[in-house]
Amino acid sequence: MGGSSSNGWDPAIADLDGFRAAQKLAYRCAEAVAQELTPGITEREAAILMKRWLAASGAEDCFHQPFAWFGDRTAFEGFIGFRHLGGFNPAFYPGSRRLEEGMPFILDCAPTLNGYTADIGYTGCLGGNRILDRMMDDLLEYRVLILELVKQRQNLSEISRAVDRLCARHGYEPRHKAYPFQVLAHRVDKLPADGRKHRSVLNFGVRNLENLVRDAVRGRHEGWSPLWNGGNASDHPPTPGLWAVEPHLGFRGVGAKWEELLVVTADGAFWLDDDVPQVRRWLSRGLQPLAMAA
Amino acid sequence: MESSIKASAAQPLRVRSGEVELAVRIYGEAGRPSVVLVHGYPDSNQVWHKVAAPLSGRYRVVTYDVRGAGESSAPRHAAAYGLEHLVADLAAVLDAVSPEHPVHLAAHDWGSIQGWEAVCTERLKGRVASYTSISGPSLDHAGYWVAQRLRSGAPRKMAKVLNQLMRSWYIGAFHLPLAAPLAWRLGLDQLWPKLLERMEGIDAGPAPSQAKDGRYGVNLYRANFSRRLLAPRERRTGVPVQLVVPTRDRFVSLELLEGLDQWVDQLWRRDVAAGHWLQLSHPELVQRYIGEFVDFIEGGEEPAGLRRARVHAAPTAGKGGSTRRWAGKLAIVTGAGSGIGRETLLLLAEQGAEVVAADIDPAAAERSAELARLLGATAHARKVDVGDAKAMENFAGWVATALGAPDIVVNNAGIGMAGRFLDTGTADWERILRVNLWGVIHGSRLFGRQMVAAGKPGHIVNVASALAFAPSRMLAAYATTKAAVAMLSDCLRAELEEQGIHVASVCPGMVDTPITAATRFVGVDEDEQERRRAGAGRLYARRNLKPRAVAAAIVKALETRKPEVLVGAEAHGARLLSRLSPGLSRRLARMEVSLQAP
Repeated sequence: MGGSSSNGWDPAIADLDGFRAAQKLAYRCAEAVAQELTPGITEREAAILMKRWLAASGAEDCFHQPFAWFGDRTAFEGFIGFRHLGGFNPAFYPGSRRLEEGMPFILDCAPTLNGYTADIGYTGCLGGNRILDRMMDDLLEYRVLILELVKQRQNLSEISRAVDRLCARHGYEPRHKAYPFQVLAHRVDKLPADGRKHRSVLNFGVRNLENLVRDAVRGRHEGWSPLWNGGNASDHPPTPGLWAVEPHLGFRGVGAKWEELLVVTADGAFWLDDDVPQVRRWLSRGLQPLAMAA
Repeated sequence: MESSIKASAAQPLRVRSGEVELAVRIYGEAGRPSVVLVHGYPDSNQVWHKVAAPLSGRYRVVTYDVRGAGESSAPRHAAAYGLEHLVADLAAVLDAVSPEHPVHLAAHDWGSIQGWEAVCTERLKGRVASYTSISGPSLDHAGYWVAQRLRSGAPRKMAKVLNQLMRSWYIGAFHLPLAAPLAWRLGLDQLWPKLLERMEGIDAGPAPSQAKDGRYGVNLYRANFSRRLLAPRERRTGVPVQLVVPTRDRFVSLELLEGLDQWVDQLWRRDVAAGHWLQLSHPELVQRYIGEFVDFIEGGEEPAGLRRARVHAAPTAGKGGSTRRWAGKLAIVTGAGSGIGRETLLLLAEQGAEVVAADIDPAAAERSAELARLLGATAHARKVDVGDAKAMENFAGWVATALGAPDIVVNNAGIGMAGRFLDTGTADWERILRVNLWGVIHGSRLFGRQMVAAGKPGHIVNVASALAFAPSRMLAAYATTKAAVAMLSDCLRAELEEQGIHVASVCPGMVDTPITAATRFVGVDEDEQERRRAGAGRLYARRNLKPRAVAAAIVKALETRKPEVLVGAEAHGARLLSRLSPGLSRRLARMEVSLQAP
């Protein structure tokens, strides 16, 4: 990783291209596997499909192994929503839930490609689901809001609370609060590209996790955190670097999210790539204010 | 009979049906849709007079005395009272009064039992355009109902059969030889109007033919009951049927109407909080319900109340076990744009109710309505300031005209206020009393009146707070308004009990809602208010009692008709303390909790 400044890191243009390629790969994986989902497939099978696809496409490591959630598990209802132990919950892992017609699904993968790590979330549905359509439309506002507040250099904890307030206004549950450490976003870093395949433990990539822990220890001394949530540790302005932002909404057993890399520089911020499925979806539906989101 | 007759002046007519001669009365002008009213036991056509006369202003209304009653002839043998003969009588009347056009049938009690036979039998196919049935099931349907429940072996279902049997004790008595006819001969007819007044609270007036009505009518039971109940036939109908159901009927249990949609293609059902003789206790309502139904079947619009009353085939409960428990009901929720109001609205919508989201923030109300629509409900949004008497009157007026009287009203809108009593100014008091108390007064009064007028066995739910019985120096104004809401609900409950309207006060503990972020802290500057709001927000967030939990408790209380709903351990604790140890409760009231940032 390139820790140039003490408070995070300003990515170089060349690095951004690497991250963009990793993110594109991750989204291509999710879209390809989404196409293959048929009634009866289990979460575990879908996750394995993604894992194989990524391995075959050159990913050498990951932030975490692919996740897949079906049905009301997309909204983290039931045991999966159990938030004790900091949200580390075995129900989080892909399970034996089978996909049915009309069920929402979320595919989440975080491959490392040539040392660049992406982390994406892709929501879809087998057949039609009016609730999910509405949630996916509404998710546009979160993309606009988060970028706007980061550009204003508001504290990350305050941005988290603003997202919560938007959820309350919409009538959705902020389900990212069921993630480990209730994160709305987390840092991703650059790893040395050594051309070898690397291991993961408990579905998390060892090298990426190591980086995250190192950042957390360092951030603790310097007053920032690589985990972005509504807690006191996030009472600081946006830290330069790459953040995988993942607002996750839940409503009546239906969950929806997107996850994308946000580039934060010393004095600004932008989404790494606007050519992602959710933005293409909003554009195709003519939703405003897309100009602001782009 | 087709001559021009003034409304309410009945024209008599004698109609022959086999051996029997029937006394028929016709009201209103020819050329209008005909409504035929059939009476039950032990009545004569006179039981309809409060309904027939006003209805005749718009329709041609026909009533007649069933064989054995009133001025019709009375065969001596029980066998002559079999349903096939009764239907033949009705056919004879229809041939005489409306040989060409199908009529609209409305019937009560035994008349209704005959009506079911009439709409199910081949004999009268095409002769009945619509059927309004009050308090009398098809005996065949009832036979199946009993058999299905007994065969199920489920104790709960068997208990329902027992319940109905206990309501039908008199039917057994009617089968005893001599007893019932003798009772009518020995003066029960003189006693009957008084009995009705005492038991049912209705003024039927003396009927000259009462002794005869009672005496011969017993044969209706003897000729048909055991025959139909023990060997029921599959009876289906394509005639549109409107059930008007008195929910406090002593003689027919509501459960008997379960699963009726398996026999009837088009079914409507309207409940009225009343006893058995609905046309005597609520003549305007019966007249309106018959009129709306007839007009709709004749090609008119389907009014909102009738549309909601449609019985849709129950969809199989999904995996989440969601039921459509409140299908056909209209629910109004104030403060429905957020928090407890929104969650209650959505839960009711999810369970089938049509909902109205009222909020002072129109965008928030519309958003709630939109979410309710996503859950499959019909939903409306209105901007209303609940503390504004005029605005509430307009709102209630709109509900009455556009949607009809509500079944459920949740007076939930409220604002927060904290701080010392001596720092709370007049303007502060006026502001919080206006929303928290006047809002509930307006909502309860305006919609309570609508419910009573419509005979709705509905629900008024007033959202108070655990602070209603837990005094605190920190929340003087808020707690005072909530205590007032609880007392208002207690008094209103006592008043509306006899109308069948359920009144509940809801007392939640520390619920994490947007109210904390909007609470006014009196006696401190704006910055300090912001700090305290944030502090209160954190405290309530840590408590993590969700509005959805309150909504679930409210909807459960609607089912159980519970008078007081406590939500959260702190609410239960405070309730207990207020009763067992008021002294300790008073001591705790002196405590001050710091809302400073940690």
